[in-house]
Amino acid sequence: MMATDGINGLMVILLMAAVTLITRFGGVLVMSVVPINPRVESFINAMSGSVLIAILVPVAVEGDVAARMALLATAGVMLALRRPMPAIAAGIAVAAGWRYLM
Amino acid sequence: MTTAVPAMPGLTLASIGQGFWRLLPLSMFVVVFGLAYGLAAVQTGLSPVQIVFMSFAVFAGTAQFAALELWGNQIPVFPLLVTTFAINARLLLMGASLYPWLKQVPAGQRYGSLLVMSDANWAMTLNDCQQGKPNLGMLVGGGVAIWVTWMGGTLLGMTFGNLIANPALFGLDMVMGCFMLSMVFGGRKSLRIVVVWCVAALTGWLAYIYLPENTHVVVGAVGGGLVGLFWLDQQPAKPQEASES
Repeated sequence: MMATDGINGLMVILLMAAVTLITRFGGVLVMSVVPINPRVESFINAMSGSVLIAILVPVAVEGDVAARMALLATAGVMLALRRPMPAIAAGIAVAAGWRYLM
Repeated sequence: MTTAVPAMPGLTLASIGQGFWRLLPLSMFVVVFGLAYGLAAVQTGLSPVQIVFMSFAVFAGTAQFAALELWGNQIPVFPLLVTTFAINARLLLMGASLYPWLKQVPAGQRYGSLLVMSDANWAMTLNDCQQGKPNLGMLVGGGVAIWVTWMGGTLLGMTFGNLIANPALFGLDMVMGCFMLSMVFGGRKSLRIVVVWCVAALTGWLAYIYLPENTHVVVGAVGGGLVGLFWLDQQPAKPQEASES
């Protein structure tokens, strides 16, 4: 654990930036030594979606009904239209509407 | 990737300008995402300097939203960095896909242009390259367009966020969650992907209940990743990510 006030928080963000930079450079760096094989590629692809799901689990399980309805709305619109903007807008609108009406 | 690759011309100011103007209209969507991040960051309690510095230096929307999810008076640094890596791991693959062209330019240009690689400018650059019109200016100029609009959106969101007393009333506490979910659902879908999601959700949830705090993200990521490791996609992966289109 690390404190997040003032300069400590900036240090945390700097570390995040460093890790992100590694991922920006890493693909090209690795390829210049050895090609990335399909199995590793498949692992990375599966992992990058999974991490988002894992972050959302507590929100979905412990959130109020409005939060769950918002996620459902986002998922539904995303599946129908495949566009993030309307999907996110729908989620927020449903959360706001639910809290206003219920 | 073994086919003959057209030569990648070096970087010129004119080509960077072209890339910038080509991606600027699409980047207007980035303003909205930046606004959402700025808004969420204010709610989470980051200082203005921290909020701007994160957009400036990290420049990776989804990872920034995830960081807010872990942020408190104290932050678990290791889970945060693993989460950041896992979310941004797609950048590894994106960089690797451009390698046949990037290896032709000097190292300074190669890594300099990767500094601003993001989903949308990468997708357009790869598309150009595969159509035999490789153009590094697209990656750099497009990246600058996204970076500028991301920063602008962040500043807007910060200003706006301070004006709203009770964000939950307007559903704004769900900005982060809905953003992340839309990123998940934006990719290609198949039975394999659905199994990956289910395993990620299940392992993440079990870890959330039984394991120490904040481990659920890493456990879920590795759980879903392992499915991918042993169950390979039949079709060769197409260069398509959830982008702001």
